[in-house]
Amino acid sequence: MRNRVLMNGNDAIGEGAIRAGCHAYFGYPITPQNELTAYMAKYMPEHGRVFIQAESEVAAINMVFGAVVTGKRAMTSSSSPGISLKQEGLSYLAAAELPAVIVNVQRGGPGLGNIAPSQADYFQATKGGGHGDYHLIVLAPNSVQEMHDFTINAFALADRYRNPVMILTDGRLGQMMEPLVLYKGPPPKSPPKPWSLTGARNRKPNHIRSLLLDVDALEERNLILQAKYKTILNELVGFDEYLTQDAQVLAIAYGSSARIAKGAVDQARAKGIKAGLLRPITLWPFPRARIRQLAAKVKGILVVEMSAGQMLEDVQLAVGERSPIAFEGRMGGAVPEASAVLTALQHLNKPTGKGARS
Amino acid sequence: MSTSRSRPKKADRIIYRRPLSLVDRPTHFCPGCGHGTAHKLIAETLDILKIREKTIGVAPVGCAVMAYHYLNCDISEAAHGRTPAVATGIKRCQPDRIVFSYQGDGDLAAIGMAETIHAANRGENITVVFVNNSVYGMTGGQMAPTTLNGQKTATSPCGRDSRSMGTPIRICELLNTLESPWHIERVALDGPAGIRKARKALLTAFKGQMEGKGYSLIEILSPCPVHMRLTPREAVRFIKEGMIPAFPLGVFRKEGKPVT
Repeated sequence: MRNRVLMNGNDAIGEGAIRAGCHAYFGYPITPQNELTAYMAKYMPEHGRVFIQAESEVAAINMVFGAVVTGKRAMTSSSSPGISLKQEGLSYLAAAELPAVIVNVQRGGPGLGNIAPSQADYFQATKGGGHGDYHLIVLAPNSVQEMHDFTINAFALADRYRNPVMILTDGRLGQMMEPLVLYKGPPPKSPPKPWSLTGARNRKPNHIRSLLLDVDALEERNLILQAKYKTILNELVGFDEYLTQDAQVLAIAYGSSARIAKGAVDQARAKGIKAGLLRPITLWPFPRARIRQLAAKVKGILVVEMSAGQMLEDVQLAVGERSPIAFEGRMGGAVPEASAVLTALQHLNKPTGKGARS
Repeated sequence: MSTSRSRPKKADRIIYRRPLSLVDRPTHFCPGCGHGTAHKLIAETLDILKIREKTIGVAPVGCAVMAYHYLNCDISEAAHGRTPAVATGIKRCQPDRIVFSYQGDGDLAAIGMAETIHAANRGENITVVFVNNSVYGMTGGQMAPTTLNGQKTATSPCGRDSRSMGTPIRICELLNTLESPWHIERVALDGPAGIRKARKALLTAFKGQMEGKGYSLIEILSPCPVHMRLTPREAVRFIKEGMIPAFPLGVFRKEGKPVT
């Protein structure tokens, strides 16, 4: 395969997983991520790896559970309703500290919704989603290239932190085609996994478990998890900045919304407005400190999302009273228009900076 | 003793010992419960086939979950009902290891029915040990898919009424309609003869997996005196007189062919 290729985002994730040494993939049909499952059906067996079309999203995430307890790398993918079905499995993976990669190619919701792109699963992805006190690491690509690159990184992070990693993307990024440079390096190095279930030969039996009936033991377990999440918060925050150096109005958006916001920022600059963009790359951990820093310097902040305002809440938590916050969002698979984002930026740039819709 | 030289060596006189695959620890199971016996039979099987060090068990939610306390091999928990899916993931990634699931009737035949049927239909090369005691044990004796018609449980206080609650699901017969399974057998812990048959069935299933034959399921009718609301002795009689007529014993699938 040539190194610079034209691919859709779903395929780019699949090829990334293969190049990252993903040994097993388990999927179930749902639009708009079907290309990914079909890609894995075709290429995983060619590489001598495991592909199963599971009987449900529930079965698929639990097959991932089984695969990763052996120490091998594994992945599943789905779209919003299917990801809802995987939440129990995600809680179990997080509880047992198992490294796994989960892809959510989001679509319009709630309920069956539609198959248009959406970002309305942000709460579910970043706040836990399943039961109990846990976090996924959540990565938000905004191009086909990043779909590919982040997938490779996702496997590395999952192993490094022994934690499930979600790639939170949407139907637009999944379906669209862009040129990308394929990863040529070796798979990310896999750390030793002495906890894995390979048969108790010359060692005591290993157990993968999350049941701890003793209250003190379970609280102790939770404290260990929380300490790990704190480490991740300190080490992993990722974001991209565009023209923020002198920005007086700041757009904050991730994924495909960030592409639209970037266009609007350019248009605002052409009109003499000092606009900038902060694009979170990790949604959990969220770049709270950097946003707080920038909030003190700008006249106003505009959050752009394909949701009713979910990341907006994290921005509000970060910003507090430091800056007014406006919101431009569309729901149900609708996509914010650059013109609407531009208008909102212009509005924030007015001397008062008031009247923000948050 | 001076006479010891003329007697057989001490080791030769041992006619029974705890299987190496069984941890020396009292179980948490209720008096008269069949899980301890089922555990021991699995442990004996692992010993006989010398596969303890390459075996991985999957134990789901329910009384089964504590298996890692008692079986001296690698064991993973599984979410309720997802046991065959987890076992599938383990086996596909390590085809040279022996993988078994240990599931109760709620796990296997209610919440996990989809996973049960599809793992069987794919012919996964795993061994499913299905402990059917006709009730949900750990949660307090609720109605299971295998609760007998008329049987009183916490959630069928007037007895299971088939008109609104369905009838007992016969898993062996159900799975036997599929083409892929290799061995399906139902046994009962209803006395020494039944226990011996159960051990033989497990041996067949695990040996088949070692030889790459494919999917096997051993259903074990097992007493749960507390939730059957019987004494241990009566619970064994209940298996003989109540459960076996509803769940006939025998080999349903042998060498991949239905037994007629």
